[in-house]
Amino acid sequence: MTEPATPQSRPIGDRMVQTTCYMCACRCGIKVHLADGRIRYIEGNRAHPVNHGVLCAKGSAGIMQHYSPARLASPLKRVGERGSGEFREIGWDEALATACEWLGAIRKSDPKRLAFFTGRDQSQALTSWWASQFGTPNYAAHGGFCSVNMAAAGMYTIGGSFWEFGEPDWERTKYFLLFGVAEDHESNPLKIGLGKLKARGAKVVSINPVRTGYSAIADEWLGIRPGTDGLLVMALAQELLRAGKIDADYLASYTNAPWLVIHNPGKPDDGLFALDEAGKTLIRDRATGRPAPLEPGAMPSLSGECVLADGRMAKPVFALLVARCCEAQYSVDNAAAATGIPAATIRRIASELASAAFDAPVIVEQPWIDVAGRRHERMVGRGVSMHAMRGISAHSNGFHTCRAIHLLQMLLGAIETPGSFRIRAPYPKPIPPGLKPAGLPGQVRPEQPLGGAPLGYPTGPEDLLIDADGSPCRIDKAYSWDAPLAAHGLFHMVIRNARNRDPYAIDTLLMFMANAAWNTSMNTTGTMKMLTDRDDASGEYRIPHIIYSDAYYSEMVAYADLILPDTTYLERWDCISLLDRPICDADSAADAIRQPVVAPDRDVRPFQDVLIDIGARLGLPGLVNPDGSPRYPGLYADYIVHHERAPGIGMLAGWRGARGEQSGRGEPNPQQLEAYSSHDCFSRMEIPAAGRFFKHINRDYQEWAVRMGFLDRVGPIALQLYSEPLQRFRLAAQSHGNMQPPPEHRERVAAYFDPLPLWYAPFEESADSSTEFPLHAITQRPMAMYHSWGSQNAWLRQIHGENRLYMHRETAQKLGLADDDWVHVSSRHGRITVQLRLMDGVNPRTVWTWNGIGKRRGAWNLAPDAEESRRGFIINHLIDDLLPPRGDGFRHANVDPVTGQAAWYDLRVKIEKVAVANETCEPQFPSLELPPDMPERPSILRYGAQFRAKAESEQ
Amino acid sequence: MTDLPGPSPKKLGLVIDLDTCVGCHACAVHCKEWNSGGVAAPLTDIAPYGADPDGVWFNRVHSFESGRGAEGRTVHFPRSCHHCETPACVTVCPTGASYKRAEDGIVLVNEDLCIGCKLCSWACPYGAREYDYDSGVMKKCTLCIDRIYNEALVDEDRVPACVATCPVGARHFGDLGDPDSHVSRLVESRGGYAPMPELDYKPVNRYLPPRSRPAPSPAAALAPAPTDAEGILGWIDRLLSR
Repeated sequence: MTEPATPQSRPIGDRMVQTTCYMCACRCGIKVHLADGRIRYIEGNRAHPVNHGVLCAKGSAGIMQHYSPARLASPLKRVGERGSGEFREIGWDEALATACEWLGAIRKSDPKRLAFFTGRDQSQALTSWWASQFGTPNYAAHGGFCSVNMAAAGMYTIGGSFWEFGEPDWERTKYFLLFGVAEDHESNPLKIGLGKLKARGAKVVSINPVRTGYSAIADEWLGIRPGTDGLLVMALAQELLRAGKIDADYLASYTNAPWLVIHNPGKPDDGLFALDEAGKTLIRDRATGRPAPLEPGAMPSLSGECVLADGRMAKPVFALLVARCCEAQYSVDNAAAATGIPAATIRRIASELASAAFDAPVIVEQPWIDVAGRRHERMVGRGVSMHAMRGISAHSNGFHTCRAIHLLQMLLGAIETPGSFRIRAPYPKPIPPGLKPAGLPGQVRPEQPLGGAPLGYPTGPEDLLIDADGSPCRIDKAYSWDAPLAAHGLFHMVIRNARNRDPYAIDTLLMFMANAAWNTSMNTTGTMKMLTDRDDASGEYRIPHIIYSDAYYSEMVAYADLILPDTTYLERWDCISLLDRPICDADSAADAIRQPVVAPDRDVRPFQDVLIDIGARLGLPGLVNPDGSPRYPGLYADYIVHHERAPGIGMLAGWRGARGEQSGRGEPNPQQLEAYSSHDCFSRMEIPAAGRFFKHINRDYQEWAVRMGFLDRVGPIALQLYSEPLQRFRLAAQSHGNMQPPPEHRERVAAYFDPLPLWYAPFEESADSSTEFPLHAITQRPMAMYHSWGSQNAWLRQIHGENRLYMHRETAQKLGLADDDWVHVSSRHGRITVQLRLMDGVNPRTVWTWNGIGKRRGAWNLAPDAEESRRGFIINHLIDDLLPPRGDGFRHANVDPVTGQAAWYDLRVKIEKVAVANETCEPQFPSLELPPDMPERPSILRYGAQFRAKAESEQ
Repeated sequence: MTDLPGPSPKKLGLVIDLDTCVGCHACAVHCKEWNSGGVAAPLTDIAPYGADPDGVWFNRVHSFESGRGAEGRTVHFPRSCHHCETPACVTVCPTGASYKRAEDGIVLVNEDLCIGCKLCSWACPYGAREYDYDSGVMKKCTLCIDRIYNEALVDEDRVPACVATCPVGARHFGDLGDPDSHVSRLVESRGGYAPMPELDYKPVNRYLPPRSRPAPSPAAALAPAPTDAEGILGWIDRLLSR
């Protein structure tokens, strides 16, 4: 028989538009193909520095995200009770007038009564600046919930950090240690890199309680008990130190290992760095044994002690570090008992690390010159790299665990050297970066901008945002004694504090893309109540106004009074700015834009446009001309091009200057967006070849970075094994200085502001909890979904539409549980009912589930009987946002005490079989009403039939 | 029943590396996306926003555990049509709708002849057939025939969508009939295998098994450096080169 003719050469569509993906945080370059104005196909851009042509499941499902029936259709005003989902459709005129009425009154009286918090916001360079112009210190994105303790640990230690701020040297590394769940951040670059390692036969070791995803392809999986990673790392450090398998030259040249620390117990200078009269760092000269200034050519010792000119004693950092690492609790045997990883395995990993680092150095034949002007003939490095993410970050000990990982990297000479972990521009920055947070009473004034930026890096108690009484200046209590180094704010404490008017009452909570009434909160049930609590006397809501912007009908929408509907990512201008979280790689600086691919078919506006519009209507200083007219009439696209943060420095670094001839610095170029648009929507500016490693002390790199506006000057940036800022806080807790923590915080600050890395058990891990709640409970985000967005996506929800609680087979046997059993999962805070799935690849003392799949009934325009609400669940209901009361009744927030990072991985639970299962997850909540004007859900989706029909009709 | 063409020298197919696949579903969704508007469109989804959504997927990823204890591993196993050399799904077809191309061995469905009897899906032991309940015809992986020969695409894009998008590079496309092709060489060097060969349908696709992980020596440990009275610190400065 003859074969039918199969059409083989149809064009994909009639038009292709490039832009940047927003299906997760990766920001891959995409090509969007259109046919008759509809989206036919989205593919990765092969030329793009982030994804090199690949696209993940999320990105490939962008069509379904864009055409989702969960998209909000018009501005809404609440008409029912908060939380009911009853709304009235209003036009933009009314919406903007309402917002301006509320916000204008606040600004006239007390700008801090606006709390502006964002979630999966990729425009933080705008939103934080807008908050400053408004005058409120109460701004942050969701980083405090996500991973601020890792970010801060990096910034205070190595001047950069993990996730998308650095990368393993994928081409050269020989041994890769992967800590925690990394699937959700930087996902395509990590997958591309893992593919390279597997192809080269480099060893991949995954340290993760669960053996899924990347752990499944690791050459070795270490199913560690949650919260004990720091102990494992410190034990590895002890092994390496005892064997002398450390890079002493690296420590002496690139880190503060030789810096002298004053030893003066009980005195206010104890533990601070010793300086000479000229303020120069002192080291112990190896030849004389006497203090000498750290200058090029100095021959520092890493050991011993010496007497300073004024008679005080001092020791090198390294001597203190060795003492710390050799403490008994960091012995391999002790670590083995706590982590569940056999002692022999820990010893072997240490031996393999040493072998990979020192047996054959990784060499790049590239001469380079350091900041002291010394020429080096080649670049010599260590073939060991590390990456860490969730599982380190979401624990109350995560700041120090991350510091410990950086310590291990430094011992091996494995930061910014060939074969190891490389930092991406615009980092490294000075350690910590020089920016201090603003928000003191004098910096918050009616009708005035904030006297600085809301977020920054304190280096001592004097930088805290506390008033004369010691009371927090910010509603989330960031930069107070509650969380001194809260570099990303405390998103997770805003609603509680606003509800409790603690430390003060606010008027309006403005949120963007942050599902706080569901999966972006600890204590979700409690948070829903806080959002709806009323004042006993007045009967009014305790949080008077809530404004929310989202593109979709997420759970949080129902709790707002005014909804500003956002567009999808394919309907907008955006910039992926070097002032925010850029898309650089270790060899370049890069930034990117989003451009509108299709026009909105609903009455919605990009949130950034709306923010600029509101700002102009309120007359915020940076947003109006002297005559009061809007400064950016073209809204966000106009702002992206014309706004200058400093002279010549704007949102985008490419094609600056009047004719687009400059990179980094240059006057605004009116044609800049067109230039990006015609260059695949990104700009990539390569670091000179001689500047690609040793960036902390590399003159070629730093001269380039100064030209680009990343650094103020060329000079050495010493990695901080020992963190003096931490010691400054600890001294205050030891009763030194005139700014001291109040009694309820004193002990914690003294204990956890240790200038050297340490490990302590997560706070939920008390003796009581170990008996009553014997199991750890954690979550992972599946690779095919990102936060709660995916569950409305017709394709992705077919992959993950429900979730189970996963438990080790042997644990289940001991508890008398079987596969598919329905169980109650209880914590000290709450109880949920879910269904079990047994497996082998999980730490036996740990249960886990996928994150963000469970949905509230009625939300996201899913059917009331959708799996997500019947057989999907979130464990957030089990996680308290406060720790149990202390003896005096005071309750600390459930956070990392250094940074305020939400400690949602600390959760402990017990599990009991449900006698009679009703096959539905609990808790359930009243179904949300659908807002007016939402489209009907199709019962059958035949997406794409139209493209085929048209192609066939044309043949 | 439907006849097969004579054996073709050209055997286009996929080689999938189970050592590298992380189970991210990129291939499955990208396949769905491309093919939703392609020659077999639509890949209908029933109840897309309701209970028990059920759509047509040409490529699905199964994740499971294999072995226990130290031998245990998690396997991510993408599954699509193997474009068998002697496919039962073709020979069982009563109308000639199911056919194997003589030129390159790709197995396709002629929707004009398909009566939706589903015999092919019963015959396929790999579960690669996907019935579209809405249009009443059987659908399946086309090896992206509308990409691999598509003159409207640049050469690099003339590969199946699943291969183009795989972030870890675990999917490879080529002519498994040519022993010198890069896919044949991969199969040769990595011990690639066809699933369930005993059924004798002769799948063209190959899986590369997880690489063996040599058991690390449990005794490996670092020898402590000789210490003096000062312990580690006694010798640390001697490690410094200058």
